[in-house]
Amino acid sequence: MSSLQSLDIAARSATTFPSPSVRREPEVAKLIDVTSCIGCKACQVACMQWNDLRDSVGDNDGTYDNPRDLTPASWTVMRFSEVEVQSGRLEWLIRKDGCMHCEDPGCLKACPAPGAIVKYANGIVDFISENCIGCGSCVTGCPFDVPRISKKDSKAYKCSLCSDRVSVGLEPACVKVCPTGAIRFGTKEDMKEFAATRIVDLKERGYQQAGLYDPPGVGGTHVMYVLQHADQPQLYHGLPADPKISPLVSLWKGVLKPLSVLAMVGAVAGAFFHYMKVGPDETESEH
Amino acid sequence: MEETRYLRRYSDGDRINHWALVILFFCTALSGLSMFHPSLFFLSVLFGGGPWTRILHPFIGVLVFLSFAGMYLRLARDNVWNADDRVWLAGAGALLSGRKHEMLPAGRYNAGQKILFWWMAITLAVLLVTGLVFWRPYFAGYFPIGLVRLATVVHSLTAVGLILGIIVHIYAAIWVKGTTRAMTRGLVSESWAKRHHPGWVAQMTQDKR
Repeated sequence: MSSLQSLDIAARSATTFPSPSVRREPEVAKLIDVTSCIGCKACQVACMQWNDLRDSVGDNDGTYDNPRDLTPASWTVMRFSEVEVQSGRLEWLIRKDGCMHCEDPGCLKACPAPGAIVKYANGIVDFISENCIGCGSCVTGCPFDVPRISKKDSKAYKCSLCSDRVSVGLEPACVKVCPTGAIRFGTKEDMKEFAATRIVDLKERGYQQAGLYDPPGVGGTHVMYVLQHADQPQLYHGLPADPKISPLVSLWKGVLKPLSVLAMVGAVAGAFFHYMKVGPDETESEH
Repeated sequence: MEETRYLRRYSDGDRINHWALVILFFCTALSGLSMFHPSLFFLSVLFGGGPWTRILHPFIGVLVFLSFAGMYLRLARDNVWNADDRVWLAGAGALLSGRKHEMLPAGRYNAGQKILFWWMAITLAVLLVTGLVFWRPYFAGYFPIGLVRLATVVHSLTAVGLILGIIVHIYAAIWVKGTTRAMTRGLVSESWAKRHHPGWVAQMTQDKR
């Protein structure tokens, strides 16, 4: 999609110059209200239908999670967790898992292929498969364990937040199909406002720890959750409490790169000037 | 004028092994660098584009390791550290600054060459092990993500360390005249050998007698 939207790209993988940035766009977000999700998986169906993906039929591992995990052809999966926050009171937490569309995307930071991962001005993070070299660095960079590398073509895949639909003014397929209105889409600001009303409501119903999941460690996300137990996000199938790009990835893609290039160029330059100053080491009797 | 006398420093096998290693090393280094820094991504065209670079790099890397293993078997014995090497290192500064160098003690290899030899051996071993940890699609899946991240950083850092070592190695061969003949023909002049590797000359002539 990206080639048609060159003015809308805010960041591009493995690119050291700034992207075209004259155009400003409101940031969008998908809000997933975990508390009104009934786990019907209509979103999973809509996702595979719109994106024309058909995953192979898997096997049952004794949970409702189907498929068991995200795959190159399943960009969203409902994660079912049975928890007892208060003992004796079983709760069934259902979280729609998939790409969180980080404001500071670890995948994009780690990717070595120019333009294989882009972040649009509206905040959507998209994989441009034709530029993907299949190295798996996005997997290394992602704090949410989302990208999946296909065994067929060695390309990385994940939720695109239906960037094709959003670019023509439609909501993502999962949002359109959700029967309870648990998934909403709009500007990030509007979604935060709506989330606030949900949180007030939940608190009135006794969920004192209800809150919005918009983790600051990755600059906020363009997929946010309303959680009834926002103080314990890990209850929701291990949703990280404070996701951050790993310091190892930051080191690798941060200071290490320019310093290494400097060191290598410096060594060659040093050698050149050493030769010019000191002159060659010659064995006299050879002449 | 007297005719220059030559000593045999490397066999045909030594030289073929060395130059195979050189070619393979350049292929891995350039393909690796193309994936390391965006400004060097253009190097990937040498290997048929990004995906081919990603596919080829680890295979060539394994060949580099095997090729170096050959050099290791040939040369490790002559690179064992001994008492003379400290003396050589103490005089290395004067030698580099171009002041007429005293005859520094060195056998077949001097202390600088030995350090570089072991540096190559260590970095290549580290590169092989860390590289396997994030080699897709074959091995990366068997390791936890934290280890993959660590391996990636260590691999990059070690590779830069090795490349810096190789820059020193190449420059030394350019700077010290009469050296390259050792690797192109296998021969060095006796005067060159006496100047740079007196211990080796003594050993060679002793063996003959």
